[in-house]
Amino acid sequence: MKHLLAVLVENHPGVLSKVSGLFSRRGFNIHSLAVCVTEDPSISRITIVVEGDEYVVEQVTKQLNKLIDVIKVSKISQDSVTRELALIKVRADSQTRHEIIEIINIFRAQIVDVAKDHLIVEITGDSEKITALVDMLRDYDIKEMVRTGAIALDRGSKMIRYEDIDRGGYQNGCNVL
Amino acid sequence: MKMTGAEAVVKALELENVEIIFGYPGGAVTHIYDALYRSNIHHVLVRNEQAAVHAANGYARATGKVGVCISTSGPGATNMITGIATAYMDSIPLVAITGQVPLSMVGRDVFQEADITGATEPFTKYSYLVKDAKDIPRIFKEAFYLASTGRPGPVLIDIPKDIAMDTLDFEYPKQVKLRGYKPTYQGHPGQIKRMAKAILESSRPVICIGGGAVSSNATEEIVKLAETIKAPVASTLMGIGAFPGDHELSLGFLGQHGVYAANRAVAEADLLILLGARMGDRATGKAQEFAQRAKVVHIDIDPAEIGKNIEVDIPIVGDIKTTLKELLKKDISRNDWGWLSRVKRWKSKVQGVGQCTQGLNPMEIIKILSDMVTEDTILVTDVGQHQMWAARYYKTRNPRSFLTSGGLGTMGYGLPAALGAKLGCRHKEVILIVGDGGFQMSLGELATIVQENAELKIMIFNNGYLGMVREIQQQLHGERYYQTAMKGNPDFIKLAHAYGIEAFRVERQEEILEGIKRLLEYKGPIIGEFVIDPYANVIPISRGEEDETPISSIG
Repeated sequence: MKHLLAVLVENHPGVLSKVSGLFSRRGFNIHSLAVCVTEDPSISRITIVVEGDEYVVEQVTKQLNKLIDVIKVSKISQDSVTRELALIKVRADSQTRHEIIEIINIFRAQIVDVAKDHLIVEITGDSEKITALVDMLRDYDIKEMVRTGAIALDRGSKMIRYEDIDRGGYQNGCNVL
Repeated sequence: MKMTGAEAVVKALELENVEIIFGYPGGAVTHIYDALYRSNIHHVLVRNEQAAVHAANGYARATGKVGVCISTSGPGATNMITGIATAYMDSIPLVAITGQVPLSMVGRDVFQEADITGATEPFTKYSYLVKDAKDIPRIFKEAFYLASTGRPGPVLIDIPKDIAMDTLDFEYPKQVKLRGYKPTYQGHPGQIKRMAKAILESSRPVICIGGGAVSSNATEEIVKLAETIKAPVASTLMGIGAFPGDHELSLGFLGQHGVYAANRAVAEADLLILLGARMGDRATGKAQEFAQRAKVVHIDIDPAEIGKNIEVDIPIVGDIKTTLKELLKKDISRNDWGWLSRVKRWKSKVQGVGQCTQGLNPMEIIKILSDMVTEDTILVTDVGQHQMWAARYYKTRNPRSFLTSGGLGTMGYGLPAALGAKLGCRHKEVILIVGDGGFQMSLGELATIVQENAELKIMIFNNGYLGMVREIQQQLHGERYYQTAMKGNPDFIKLAHAYGIEAFRVERQEEILEGIKRLLEYKGPIIGEFVIDPYANVIPISRGEEDETPISSIG
């Protein structure tokens, strides 16, 4: 089973390698990982999709919390907005271009570059949606593709922020070594 | 105050009350050494950087303070890795300082460059590469704080040479600000209540102590707990000493190589109280079969250890001493319904090492030693059979008095660790038991012992074999002894004499007592070589009788 974790870390060089190193060292499987600075420039947020059962997620959470540079680890709930972005370069000549455009419209994706025999398609959405589009485009010969890891925010007023720790946010051994 | 980075390093060490530092100089740390030269901190020149870390480890464990070691960049730093990993596995508070090539050269593979923060990442609690001299005070403050609080561990500070030469305005911070690090010391009151209830409901409680019990300085509370709830106390290798070995409730050493009483009591327990024991594989055997009948309470300052290896019913994140103090405020005294008398019967069943016909019986030596030493003696071991014999038969009466490489099992640890312990506790007797294999891994440190005039009492258990591996080969590989016979061993007596160290050999059983007496009475470093039976085993080959260690086989 896949689980989404939002990890707030100090925005230092080398922190990402500490986090990713922990996964390989402890034998946890990362499905995807996305990282960028947050609204607070001293904090980066890493969104990790991890595969495993409850034991694995608990261990991942605890081990991440042990890292001094990790400020907070939160599980993203089911009730969340999750997005990935993909850029897909697909072969498209005058014969197939229209068919491809039709598919792209259905998915509400965009064409961001057109050349004589190729298109670049940009799509954002959850993992399933992107995979579905990729499957459709496969028939037209995908030449190149890049895809980001998932990023996610909980819906509604629930927030994952540093200040929340003192107000009793996600605890489970948080900030404890 | 204006000063150089190197001076700031030494100033920070002084402000952290560092009295002694173990190290080995080199090109990248000459400026720091020059600053040390002008300081009152005693620098101990070891003969290999690995020994510097082990010595700092022994010092930290014996004194409870943070051990400090230093080496140059590149090979100096990489030589330290084994020592750092050893300290990490046993949660020993260390600050390791390494020199680095100038910051402007980092990443160009220049002479004696190694990415030491990267290389030690898996075995440090935290590491720093100093990129600005003005960060030195903050980094040192944080490093000592991180090393010694929460679950202790080694912290590495990598200092590029140009940073050491740069100047800064020195101001030592009073506090650390680490928003990602706030250890929990106080156990959750609700969980403590549940623990108290579980104790009152139990009829066969057992306490199991680990290294956390030592680092938490919780001996007093543990003794009180055991006596109040009438629970016998088993100990993992790292926990030895945190409960007096000669106390009537002491079960002794638990685990794969542990004693019958400890393993049997844990197997029969209906309540198992784990105190700072991470229950590694050597302590549990097959984790699924461990303490099957017991409800498990686990107190640990590191939440990641709770539930990692065995399932826990009542987890309590907190410092053992603080948490037990809270628990002991409750009425948890219970009556003993025959449990202790059953335990006592198991305790009388002490299995030896089998017949020794070709040399001395190691159990006998350790038992005699155990009876002869004073209470505050510190015993240091290396790794292997002698370590297990010591854990089984030596009665450690005080915490911080049994020093051994538990988690990593680092051969060569003993000699430098004993040196560090002795330099930290000059007033105490420090005895090292070491095998002929492990001794040769760090025998260069004999020179350091002479140089420091450290009155170490060294007992070499010479069986001419890497005994633990030989034992495995005997039991699991059809007695095909391959690469375990230590051919070419030196004459250890002559070797000691070459260093100007007093030495003697004991080969006959009736000389054991006299030999140990000579060791203890001699003023100065001395080596006693005990020629033991090469075929003495930790776990005697079972002859159909009840297996002493029912939990797992070796290997």
